[in-house]
Amino acid sequence: MPERSETSRPVPFRGGGFHYVPRKAVPWIGFVLVLTLWQALCSFGVISPLFLPSPEAIGVALWRLSESGAIFSHLGWSLQRILAGWAIGTAAGLLVGLTMGIFSAARSLGLPFVSALFPIPKIALLPLLILWFGIGEPSKIAVIALGVFFPTVISAYTACDSVPRNLIRMGQSFGLSGQTIVSEILLPGAMPGILSGFRISASIALILVVAAEMIGAQHGIGAFILSAGNLMQTDQLLAGVVMLSILGLLISFILGRVETWVLRWR
Amino acid sequence: MEVRIEGVSHRYGGLQALDGISLTVREGETLALIGPSGCGKSTLLGIVGGLLQPSTGKVLLSGKPPADCLNPLTYVFQDFALLPWRTVAENIGLSLMPHGLPANKRQERIAAILVLTGLGEFAAAYPRQLSGGMRQRVGLARALVVRPAVLLLDEPLSALDAQTRELLMEEMLAIWAQQRSTRLYVTHNLDEALRLADRIAVLSRRPGRLREIVEIGVPLSERSKPDAAPALAALHARLWTLIRSEAAEADREVVNA
Ligand SMILES: Nc1ncnc2c1ncn2[C@@H]1O[C@H](COP(=O)(O)OP(=O)(O)O)[C@@H](O)[C@H]1O
Ligand SMILES: [Mg+2]
Repeated sequence: MPERSETSRPVPFRGGGFHYVPRKAVPWIGFVLVLTLWQALCSFGVISPLFLPSPEAIGVALWRLSESGAIFSHLGWSLQRILAGWAIGTAAGLLVGLTMGIFSAARSLGLPFVSALFPIPKIALLPLLILWFGIGEPSKIAVIALGVFFPTVISAYTACDSVPRNLIRMGQSFGLSGQTIVSEILLPGAMPGILSGFRISASIALILVVAAEMIGAQHGIGAFILSAGNLMQTDQLLAGVVMLSILGLLISFILGRVETWVLRWR
Repeated sequence: MEVRIEGVSHRYGGLQALDGISLTVREGETLALIGPSGCGKSTLLGIVGGLLQPSTGKVLLSGKPPADCLNPLTYVFQDFALLPWRTVAENIGLSLMPHGLPANKRQERIAAILVLTGLGEFAAAYPRQLSGGMRQRVGLARALVVRPAVLLLDEPLSALDAQTRELLMEEMLAIWAQQRSTRLYVTHNLDEALRLADRIAVLSRRPGRLREIVEIGVPLSERSKPDAAPALAALHARLWTLIRSEAAEADREVVNA
């Protein structure tokens, strides 16, 4: 009976596939492969070290810079500016954004200003801020604070909007005061949105600190990278870039920790 | 506490949601409010609970306007409306906040209601850790902890599966036998109404009008007994013919919202 044998062939399972399944080893293999290729191209003189230094040369430069402590001093300057600017911008942004989230009148008043000022690349205001505050720290901190302020405002009031209305109606139906509804329902409910706004504003602060330091500073990672470029020390330059990447990873790691702690009810 | 609804109509802009509803919920009874979805049941409950101002008509509690009484109404919601960032005990305590009780009194009240609703071991759990049935028990406990004179229930079992619904119905009947209150129970489920209510008010589709009020002659404690089955089946058939055409038409309505 040939027909029967045809129908009884094994049927493969059809359910799998098209899901992202992380492969543990693959990222490492890829990373090592790229570094090796890069190193090989530099070692065999295919790429001039002035154009792109080898990973080894960047590693050595990083080592020297951390031995002398120079890179940490620059890092310290940048970190200070980021912290001050981000803190001021975030505090002001949350104040304004939450007010706009709670009161309709404040939203109507603030929305046109926010919409008009948000799209301006804040670094364009640095020359003006330098005229106002001088070339020192305050103008750099101010440009970071401004850059952080607007996205924080927007994320704060949209976070208020995203609080489920049924929870607010629940609060009202039980006769809770407006104050209690804000502190017990609105603010905790807005927390996820506010915290994801922090990620955006922190990355903006990092961009702005480098830009501001490249325009007028002796210290800081941005200033260091710029002067290394002027001296054609590309290994030093890239060592600075590596530090920025580490700094960015560190910030997002810390914010991730804060998030899992604050939102531990999820 | 008696709830008297007198000629209540409500409009949302151009949309007439309720049209001249007059009915009385008697002291200590459960009145089921049944009608097709969108007929204005939640709106009516919102008006009784003082969340919405009716376009015309009024609501009287024991013959007085609601403002004269101290927060005598509490709600149970279809979607539970629990705060995910608060534990079960804290969620229940929320409705006590405006009452300004001293802390130890509050804890006592919460502990007692946890036992009554079978939530004793879940006091410290977060809502996400609970099943739907347990979440609605929390919703019920939160409403009961203030010892309301009137309990407003807005399709409290509609988000639950059939078995959980059955369990909760048994439990609500047990609780109501213990706690005196007047209940307005909104549902679109005829079986629920026939199990839990003393009387059933049938609303038409939008704009919601009162079609009929039916008294269920069988006492609550005897509803699940075989003897009561024929009477309940006859009532079910009668109410279903009343609701059927409305439900069918509501179902065919094109939503312009
Ligand atoms: N806030 C609102 N604004 C405008 N229309 C509403 C609002 N709330 C409810 N409605 C409309 O009023 C009608 C009755 O709603 P609702 O009382 O929720 O009905 P039910 O609870 O019986 O399903 C529906 O058509 C609904 O779309
Ligand atoms: Mg409803």
